[in-house]
Amino acid sequence: MTVEAPTLADPHDWLRRRSRWSVFEIAFWVASLLPFFLFQTYLPLASQIAITALFAVSVDLVLGYAGVVTLGHAMFFGLGAYSAGLISKAGWGEPLTGLIIAGLFAGLVGYIASFIIVRVQHLALIMITLGFCLLTYELANSMSWLTGGTDGLQGVETWPILGVFRFDLWGYAAYGYALAALFLGLVLSRRIVHSSFGLSLRGIRENVRRMPAIGSDYRGHLQKIYTISAVMAGCAGALLTQTTDTVSLDTLSFQRSADVVVMLVLGGTGRLYGAVVGTIIFMVARDQLSDMNPQYWYFWIGLLLMVVVLLMPRGILGSLAQLARRRD
Amino acid sequence: METQQPALRTEALCKSFGSLKVTRDVTFELPRGARYALIGPNGAGKTTLINLITGEMRPDSGRILLDGREVTQAPTMARVRQGLTRTFQINTLFPDLTPIEAVLLAICERDRAAGQFWRSLTSHRVAIDESFEILTRLRLAEVATRPTRTLPYGQQRLLEMALALATKPKVLLLDEPAAGVPKDESAALFSVIAALPGDIAVLFIEHDMDIVFSFASRIIVLVSGGVLLEAEPAVVRGDPRVREVYLGKVGHV
Amino acid sequence: MISQLAIVLFDGFAFGMLLFVLSVGLSVTLGLMNFINLAHGAFGMLGGYVAVTAMRGLGWPFLAALPAAFLAAAGISVLLERTLFRRLYKSGELNQVLFTIGVVFVAAALATYAFGTVQQVIQLPAWLRGSVEVAGLRLGTYRIFIIAVALAITGLLVFGLERTRLGARIRAAVDNQRVAQGLGLDVEKIFAVTFALGSGLAGLGGALAIEIVGLDPSFGFHYLVYVLIVVSVGGLGSVAGSFFGAALLGICDVAGKYFVPEIGSFLIYLLLVAILFVRPLGLFGKR
Repeated sequence: MTVEAPTLADPHDWLRRRSRWSVFEIAFWVASLLPFFLFQTYLPLASQIAITALFAVSVDLVLGYAGVVTLGHAMFFGLGAYSAGLISKAGWGEPLTGLIIAGLFAGLVGYIASFIIVRVQHLALIMITLGFCLLTYELANSMSWLTGGTDGLQGVETWPILGVFRFDLWGYAAYGYALAALFLGLVLSRRIVHSSFGLSLRGIRENVRRMPAIGSDYRGHLQKIYTISAVMAGCAGALLTQTTDTVSLDTLSFQRSADVVVMLVLGGTGRLYGAVVGTIIFMVARDQLSDMNPQYWYFWIGLLLMVVVLLMPRGILGSLAQLARRRD
Repeated sequence: METQQPALRTEALCKSFGSLKVTRDVTFELPRGARYALIGPNGAGKTTLINLITGEMRPDSGRILLDGREVTQAPTMARVRQGLTRTFQINTLFPDLTPIEAVLLAICERDRAAGQFWRSLTSHRVAIDESFEILTRLRLAEVATRPTRTLPYGQQRLLEMALALATKPKVLLLDEPAAGVPKDESAALFSVIAALPGDIAVLFIEHDMDIVFSFASRIIVLVSGGVLLEAEPAVVRGDPRVREVYLGKVGHV
Repeated sequence: MISQLAIVLFDGFAFGMLLFVLSVGLSVTLGLMNFINLAHGAFGMLGGYVAVTAMRGLGWPFLAALPAAFLAAAGISVLLERTLFRRLYKSGELNQVLFTIGVVFVAAALATYAFGTVQQVIQLPAWLRGSVEVAGLRLGTYRIFIIAVALAITGLLVFGLERTRLGARIRAAVDNQRVAQGLGLDVEKIFAVTFALGSGLAGLGGALAIEIVGLDPSFGFHYLVYVLIVVSVGGLGSVAGSFFGAALLGICDVAGKYFVPEIGSFLIYLLLVAILFVRPLGLFGKR
């Protein structure tokens, strides 16, 4: 192995460089405005992608950074979606407050669940997260007087954003709203992962056994990130409700939990933008192949998963980053 | 005047796995600034004793006092925060973090700043300087920004120590700090230990008797879970029982 | 009312025994290698389709189709294990979960391609149809058959694990892999054999299940959840744990759906979370 950078002048500078906004990031956000001008017909898809990407970023915080394997995050997405729908049905269709309340509600449930989550590892952890998700699904299914059951929640009405931007048929307002939320979510997540708290999360992922030996209350950290992530997932669910005016049971489904993990792994875990890139690829591909029988779509997804796990464990973005480094 | 409490004291610690007694009635004191060695043949229960003291295992009976305060039931994390830190015989590091990040993490945890998710890591300037200072002291400054998993084994052993030092321990338990390190490097490693601030009490497990006799001011000999002898190096060296159960068999010295 | 309760208990127990046959292999392989194999249910599905093909396509009798299901699942599983799964033993649980979910997706798609999405049915031999009266209760003959098969398998497993050389090796490897390796046991080979046996049992379970719960391409997913509940509630690596976990789950599921249909499926998940909360290692788990 060659020795790189023999002397290190300034650790401050090195750490600062790691958290700086890169050219790619800025380019990405500029490009995210393109659907407004170039691909208007795809605006509804674009807002679906932005919403799902926010959801995937929330999963990345717990799974990619803290290393907590969860197969049940749709629980928070669905709780956010139903809360937003019910608030609106109760006569309050103001989107921003609805979004915040829905997120906080999902966060509250996440906080309560986190007391159980931090007690278990390995298979039991996967099963508990899955169990929570299935539990919530069945609960929503059986409480059809509240949730509409398998018919879903109909007749949700959302008022104009800030009282000005009415949700239009073409989806300009919806995309703008979802994109703004994704942007805020990413800025916040960036802040988190580049803080001392974010460093602790990576420590937990890398070696949870060492954490108590350096005096870390790592369970407290896990509870905190799980709650934050639940809020974010809840907000994503609320966005879906507000931009589509319906809530269906599949917001809570295991399928959604599994899909989001697939997208995350596809893009690359523990790098925030991996979640976004994975979501874009997954959802655009699904849209393009929508004529296909869903069973066959899952054939390709399954094959892709196997290939990614065996050949590119760092995901698409991770592999690209590695290539770029090698060429330097 | 209050009498000076020992930095660490154990009273009649016992631990069994099933019918196997791995720790029997271990009582000893580690005064402030001590440089004690813990020796004993393989399977004597040295690592178990450290696990009991740090709280990774619970004793079946007995007490552990840190600075005169009982910590027998306290979780590991709380003991570390009160100044009781260990290193691991088998590297227990953060493979994907760089040394500067790992040490900074330990310092932020110590300063209770690790939960601050709104504040940028780079704004912890004093902590970053301190991390770099620790790494410099352990001659890791040059590799401070390389991922831990790419470091040679000897440097990983040093980082193991750096993580412990970052918690500002009053009592430091070193579980074979030089395990697997070639002899010439291990001397350098122990010179780092010798240069630790005088008020830190150190208890180290080590198999190399040359090192034990040159660095320890007192030696605790552990045999099948119990303390056989606790004495100055010269006494231990001359003790026939120690020769028989430990030195004689293994053939050191 | 009492007789109703007895019938429900009986049906629940029979369903539980079916789940036991489906899941006990996963419990042992998980205990052995800590490899989270979510594709276990897919081997059950494979066994089911093999039985259907053998009976309907080749005209084999039911009792010949069962061992065929066992052998097919065992053979294909060991093939996959040797070529693909073993690469993942050292990687994290996330990779294992994702990879094996990928296998389930592919398996479901292949099943759809070959058999379509319709529910498969088989014609049981006459002596397994209908019901018999025992102590004033009409019990399904086929359910009695399932219970008998499951009890025989339990007996064989317990006997095999306790009394045979392979069993002793498997137990040693489950208890402590490093020590087992130190004693000169070829843990990899032991695992391959165990994996084949466990998946074979899943295949047999899949064949047995057709009459009770049906068979379609979603079998691998649907019953995966049940299988995982059995394994995590029973505790890894424990035959007894799987037995009681499966019996408990089967009875709760059937009783719940019978007596409180509104919250029946809700009940088992609640049970799952509650048990894992109190005992994260399961009822019989040691580590």
